[in-house]
Amino acid sequence: MADTETKEPHASGEEHHHPGVKEYVEIGVILAVLTAIEVGLYYADVPRQVAVPALLALTAAKFVLVVLWFMHLRFDSRWFRRLFWTGVIAASLLFFVTTILLTF
Amino acid sequence: MASEPAAPTPQHETTLGLSNEKMGMWAMIGSECLFFGALIAAYLIYVNAFGDAPEINPSTIYDIPFTSVSTFILLMSSLGVVLALSGAQQGDDRRMRTWLLATALMGATFLSGQIYEFTVFMEEGMRMSTSPFTTSFYVLTGFHGVHVGVGVLMLLTLWGRSLAGKLERRKSEIVENVGLYWHFVDIVWIIIFTVVYLIPAE
Repeated sequence: MADTETKEPHASGEEHHHPGVKEYVEIGVILAVLTAIEVGLYYADVPRQVAVPALLALTAAKFVLVVLWFMHLRFDSRWFRRLFWTGVIAASLLFFVTTILLTF
Repeated sequence: MASEPAAPTPQHETTLGLSNEKMGMWAMIGSECLFFGALIAAYLIYVNAFGDAPEINPSTIYDIPFTSVSTFILLMSSLGVVLALSGAQQGDDRRMRTWLLATALMGATFLSGQIYEFTVFMEEGMRMSTSPFTTSFYVLTGFHGVHVGVGVLMLLTLWGRSLAGKLERRKSEIVENVGLYWHFVDIVWIIIFTVVYLIPAE
C-alpha cells in the first residue's frame, strides 16, 4: 500500500493531485467523529436555537470534506469546480425562492 | 512503506485537456444538485402538513439509532471507494477490487436498511398518501435510495469487469467517475440525515 500522492498533469496546465491513503483514512475518521457529534447533539438537552445551527454547521463541514478531498475538487480542474458549485448555488436559490414563495 | 509506481494516465485530447466523461459526470452531478434541492425544499415545506394523521409525524416515526448506523455505513462506503481508486491508480488490482466490493456491500447494507425502515413505517400506517409530509418523505428518501441502488450496480459491474480482465483501459478514470457519483449520493444523504432526521420538529 502506498501513501504517496498521485500527480497527473493535464494539458490545461493544471495539476491533478490526489491525496494518499493515509489522508483518505484521516478524512474518514473525521467524518465518523462529526457524525457521532451530530447524533450526540440530537440526544443532548440542547435548546433548538443552539442545536439547529450546530447541526447545520456540522453537516456543512462533512459536505465540504467529502467534496474537497474525496471528490478531489480541492485538487482538480477549476472547470469541475464551476460545474459543481453552479449546481449547488442554483439548488440553494431554488430552495430559498420556493420556501419564500410558499411561506408568504 | 514502499511507494509503488503510479499507473500512467493518458492525456485527453480535448479543448480543455480534460476527460469528456469526467466533465459529463460533473455536469450530471451539478444538475442532480437541483433535483435533490427541489425534493428537500418540498420536504421542508410539507414537514408539518400531517393531514388527517397527526400521530404520524417526525417526532414519533423516525428511528434515530437505526438511521444513524445506516448513515455511518454509507459515510464509510465513501472512504471505501477512494481506497479503491487509490488501488487503481497504483496499479494494485486486488486492492481496487477488494474496496469496490466492500463499497458495494456497504451500499447494499444501507439499501437493505432503508427497505426495512420503509416496511416498518408501512406497518405503522405511514403510507405514501397518508399526508403531504409522508409523500414528500417517501419521494425524497425513495429517490435517494434509487440512486444508491444504481451506484451499487455500477460498483458491482466494475468489480465483475475487473475480475474478468475487462477493465484495463483507463481503469483509474472509470473508477474515479463511478466514485464521483457515489460520493454525490453520500453528500446528499449527509444533508438528508440532518435536515430530515436530526433537526428537531418545532
